[in-house]
Amino acid sequence: MHQVEIATTQQTLLDSPQMTLNMGPQHPSTHGVLRVILKLDGETVIDLDCDVGYLHRGMEKIAENRMYNMIAPYWDRLDYIAAVSNGLVWVETVEQMMGLDVPRRAHYLRTILTELNRIASHLLWLGTHALDIGAVTILLWAFREREEILKIFERQFGARLTCHAWRIGGMPNDAYDDFESDVRQFINNFPNRIDEYETVLNENRIWLSRTVGIGIITGEEAVAIGLSGPSLRGSGVAWDIRKSRPYAAYGEMDFDVPLGENGDTYDRYLVRMEEMRQALRIIRQGIDNLPDGPVNAKVPKLIKPPIGDYYHSIEGPKGEIGCYLVSDGTQQPWRVRVRPPCFINLQALKQMSIGHLVADVVAIIGTLDIVLGEIDR
Amino acid sequence: MLLAFLAPLNFVDSLLLKFFSEQTVNYVIWPFIQVGAVVTITALWVAYATYLERKISAFMQARLGPMRVGPWGLLQPIADGLKLLVKEDFIPESADRWIFFIAPYIAVVAAFIVMAVVPFGPDWAVIADVNIGVLFVLAVSSVGVLALILAGWSSNSKYALLGALRSSAQMVSYEVSMGLAIIGALMFARTLSLSGIVVAQQSDTIWFLLYQPIGFMIFLISGIAENNRAPFDLPEAESELVAGFHTEYSGFRWSLFFMAEYAAMVVVTAVATTLYLGGWYFPFVYRFTEAKGHHNAYVVVSLIVFLAKAGLLLYLYFWLRWTLPRFRYDQLMDLGWKWLLPAALINIVVSAIAIVTLQGLNGSGIHTIKSMSNGLNLTPTGKGIAIGFGVLNLFLTAGILSLINWRSRDFNLKKQRSKIRLVDLPKGKPAVAPVASEQ
Repeated sequence: MHQVEIATTQQTLLDSPQMTLNMGPQHPSTHGVLRVILKLDGETVIDLDCDVGYLHRGMEKIAENRMYNMIAPYWDRLDYIAAVSNGLVWVETVEQMMGLDVPRRAHYLRTILTELNRIASHLLWLGTHALDIGAVTILLWAFREREEILKIFERQFGARLTCHAWRIGGMPNDAYDDFESDVRQFINNFPNRIDEYETVLNENRIWLSRTVGIGIITGEEAVAIGLSGPSLRGSGVAWDIRKSRPYAAYGEMDFDVPLGENGDTYDRYLVRMEEMRQALRIIRQGIDNLPDGPVNAKVPKLIKPPIGDYYHSIEGPKGEIGCYLVSDGTQQPWRVRVRPPCFINLQALKQMSIGHLVADVVAIIGTLDIVLGEIDR
Repeated sequence: MLLAFLAPLNFVDSLLLKFFSEQTVNYVIWPFIQVGAVVTITALWVAYATYLERKISAFMQARLGPMRVGPWGLLQPIADGLKLLVKEDFIPESADRWIFFIAPYIAVVAAFIVMAVVPFGPDWAVIADVNIGVLFVLAVSSVGVLALILAGWSSNSKYALLGALRSSAQMVSYEVSMGLAIIGALMFARTLSLSGIVVAQQSDTIWFLLYQPIGFMIFLISGIAENNRAPFDLPEAESELVAGFHTEYSGFRWSLFFMAEYAAMVVVTAVATTLYLGGWYFPFVYRFTEAKGHHNAYVVVSLIVFLAKAGLLLYLYFWLRWTLPRFRYDQLMDLGWKWLLPAALINIVVSAIAIVTLQGLNGSGIHTIKSMSNGLNLTPTGKGIAIGFGVLNLFLTAGILSLINWRSRDFNLKKQRSKIRLVDLPKGKPAVAPVASEQ
């Protein structure tokens, strides 16, 4: 009897019990205030749960009590890394619902500026992702180039991060005088910089061993979860809203869509790097063919979309960012719903991380490129 | 030239002899002065290593680094030290107070005490020329891991505990290959005394790096790993474990850990310099100073040579840290046990074969060995053969390691990775193209 008791105590001591580790919300590499509850066996992840909502501001509810013009600045605070893209989805939804005819020049400027924003967003992703994996220097290099883009934004919109970029029906003002030369200078310098990053990372053994085969998600699984953007294309699914439902001036642009093969972290890295190159192509075409003319459509004083509902989505840097708008014909929307790319991409975290180590969870959070402002809204 | 300001040394010596007996001066007073000098210089060197690291990293990252405190931010380390001194020394409620108190001191003492046997230069520039110097270094520096474990355990925090577990596993496994890597060099030096090793290289007029390229690499890699420096900084991997074993430490206690880390770096670079880069030995220095009767100048120039060599290795540390990503825990263990340990064992065997061959050739009439009094002194033929063995060892090690590891995941990562494809999708067709894994 006594011996049996001792044996069971030893058994429980020798068993390695699960350890629950709270990663976040104050953790340096959860990209904001994400809380991940990890169940660990040693350092291996056996279960994982995400807790979101630490940054909830009730954007969608606020939007119900604002006029259509007043909602746009709130949209900049969704994915604050890509404020320009977020703003675009809101104004385009309203424009298309009202059937406004936006001038061609405005469309071109929108294309150029959202692509610049895509590069800025991808640069921030690259820096933080590399930082999570331990390569600190890349972060500062990426920020050096992002700074150039933010300077253009500052001159164009008057703000660097949450630049209230668009108005319903066009742009608040035309491109500033040196806009063309500034953008040209950037697109001439930037290809060398991408090569620089790739020299440091592409062939790096440690980088490869940290990314190749980590966080694999197949194309079928990715579609089932609803991934979008580079996270989906990394798994080899050819889906890009710029191609399938062209908006702004993307219908007139010539560009390729990079696709990965294995769906691992390394593939998503390569896809985003290539997307930056393709974005440069689009910007170059846009700036070469920039038409003249007005940048604003004739917009009624009071914006009242017709009664009904409408869904519009664009290809943001993180994936498909969409807006579902229900109008009751008044000056305020009846209901607004955001289709958040990061929130849906985050759902893949569990599937990707189970069986990997704690260090890989950090790499996978990085590769999903989440922004908590948009997840929590 | 140099002698003018070194004359006081002899003057002080004669002055002391007037008041004390010769034994007191030689065995009590001078050692105290040496200890004081070494501790001061090391502490300063550690402080300015942080400054250098920040400047070098800034240089690599296209920024300026510290610029505000003093000219070019030269007083930054002092400002940092003061700031840390006056910060609140916070102890978590659930921490094991006494162990939490003691752990940082163990770390610092373990790192600093090794300086006692490091030969910074000939004659008076070494505190204690212990005849088991190498063993002393290995033994004392492995006490440092104790501090990390105690700190992680007593903090009573999960991140700290994970950091401590990682660090203990890491340091123990890398100490093995570090110890084994040294043996090759010791075979040529035929002594365990660190000064003796330098003298062996001096009388052989060669650096052991040439005989032991593999040994040097293993020593350096495991040294970096043992110091928990990037790319092996897993115990304090800030992106995963917040700050690892010292997550709960703040203020001066935290800065003690920081000092211990840098002091340990200085120790490893110093030992690597001694073992493989000839320590304070540099060609022609002896001929122009000691041979002309300028003894103190000889010591000082040698000291500068030593610091320069160790500084170069220290730069290598910074360079690696700010360039490479971090290893994952299991990859770190793989590297230690599957790559470095076999390589160290191969190195021992090849070095032994080299020495036996040299002796055999010497016996059979080809003159290879000059003398065996100060280590193994070889004739030019013998040196050629020994260097040949070193180069052969490079290929042999590479071959055997690939044989051992060719099945592992990390062996041919470049083939495993995929290439991305660029597709030009048709416009305006809202259809998801088929899932494209063509294999």
